[in-house]
Amino acid sequence: MIDELTKSFYIAMKDFREYYMKPGALSWGLLFPFVFALAFMIRRGGLTEWLAPGMIALALFFGSTSMSAMSIVFERRFGSFERLMLYPINYTTIALGKTLSSFLMGIVSIVPVFILTTAVLRITPAHPILLTLATILATFESSTFGVLLSFMVKDPTQVMVVFNLVRFPMMFLADVIVPVSLMPHYILPVVLLQPLTYSAEVVRFGYEGSYDILPPEISFTLTFVIGVLFLILAGYIIKRSKP
Amino acid sequence: MERSRSCAISVNELTKVYGSLRAVDRISFCVHEGEIFGFLGPNGAGKTTTVRMLVGLTNITSGRALICGHDVVKEYKVVKRLIGVVPDVSNLYLELTSYQNLMFSAKMYGVPRGVREERVKELLKFFGLWRFKDTKFKNLSKGLKRRLTIASALVHNPKVLFLDEPTSGLDVMSRRILWRQLKELNRQGVTIFLTTHNVYEAFHISDRIAIINKGKIVAIGTPEELSRKFSTQEVIEVAFQPSNPELNDLLEHIKGALDIRRVGDHIEIVPLDKASVIENVAKYARLRGLEISMLRLRSADAEELFLKIVGEAK
Repeated sequence: MIDELTKSFYIAMKDFREYYMKPGALSWGLLFPFVFALAFMIRRGGLTEWLAPGMIALALFFGSTSMSAMSIVFERRFGSFERLMLYPINYTTIALGKTLSSFLMGIVSIVPVFILTTAVLRITPAHPILLTLATILATFESSTFGVLLSFMVKDPTQVMVVFNLVRFPMMFLADVIVPVSLMPHYILPVVLLQPLTYSAEVVRFGYEGSYDILPPEISFTLTFVIGVLFLILAGYIIKRSKP
Repeated sequence: MERSRSCAISVNELTKVYGSLRAVDRISFCVHEGEIFGFLGPNGAGKTTTVRMLVGLTNITSGRALICGHDVVKEYKVVKRLIGVVPDVSNLYLELTSYQNLMFSAKMYGVPRGVREERVKELLKFFGLWRFKDTKFKNLSKGLKRRLTIASALVHNPKVLFLDEPTSGLDVMSRRILWRQLKELNRQGVTIFLTTHNVYEAFHISDRIAIINKGKIVAIGTPEELSRKFSTQEVIEVAFQPSNPELNDLLEHIKGALDIRRVGDHIEIVPLDKASVIENVAKYARLRGLEISMLRLRSADAEELFLKIVGEAK
């Protein structure tokens, strides 16, 4: 168990060293969420207290998923992903390694947005410890989602197009930019199907001390459970990817 | 003597089916411990599929394979610790240096912390890569990339090394360096399973060779055994002055020839009866007023032998 965890950490460190400076990870993972939050800030009054946790959730979501897109789609295309399958490790360990590198990138992506939102709004998070836990859980869930999504894309030149086709609608349907209270009732099931919804909910609770859709105990539990399910599924998909 | 050695790789009725295509069709063989085993075949014969099944990258449809006595499916983790794999493309991590790439492999194979660094240094030196230890993989030449990919497969001291087309695309110099290094590794006790479509390579460095065609093994043995078994043909090379005649004219006059072909600046004749052919060549030259500038008898080379075995020889 410890051995498998250590090896997933080695994979993560290797990925981070290899991909964090790649244009796809840098532009969509780090710059886009920051510029997006900055745009709201420049529009006076745009970056409200309600929007700030959404911007953090968005940063960790774009940061983590962009990293998995780079590290998995490119490696599968150029054959280096198969190297991982030659090592004496479980398939879930590979999925966990990829999740951890995405997690690291997600955390890095939060930093400039967090500084921006707290510096501008001068808000002290309502529950700093819960916010830390929420950030960890939400980044973990987004990372496993990104790992899973990466196995649906084969062509590296199309990777960001496909990822954005999924990510952009989620931005608007996951209670991140548009409050769910302003949406028609029939949209609610769609909102509840987005993993990003739960990420935004837990971060919102840690940041503001309030929630929009689900009580914190449910959203925290769901964020963790969805993350674990995605991780197990990713391990299974890696195993099934053998011809 | 050889038959008493145990099998490092034992393959029994191994089969791979993709839809309606039988890529590998019930092949069986044994690779003895400590030998270099050449796995030779034309493109699409089933070589890479076989290797991929043995190393756990492709699922086996039916049959069984053991490496050092361990089942490649049921005991895949044990098997992966015993083998090193060099795929047909050099696929290490582009942004990592030679040193970092080897260290990563060492960590993933569980090489103990205390010996990891020493082992990496030793391999970098063995493969002549020490001065490139801080060079990123993407900046290495093709030959150096290939050497580093092999080094990466050896970092955990595997008992069996699988090489898929190791010298493909390399220049003569790099190819010879690599052959020398593989021979040296073999002398150190590593069993080598070498997949190649390069006939010369297989015959030059292998102790035994299996030839696969259309998913089936069509011949197996030492290079000498294969030559003895299949090479009944000798070739007569001849050149005329002032110029070589038309092949049709030669065919009409040279009796006892199985095949006559033009190769570069000379003509090759595959004789049924060499004495009769040589006599007829001399008669033909006199008849046409030509001078024989070269006449030589040689055995069929490895490539001709291979073509004959896979049933494509003329």
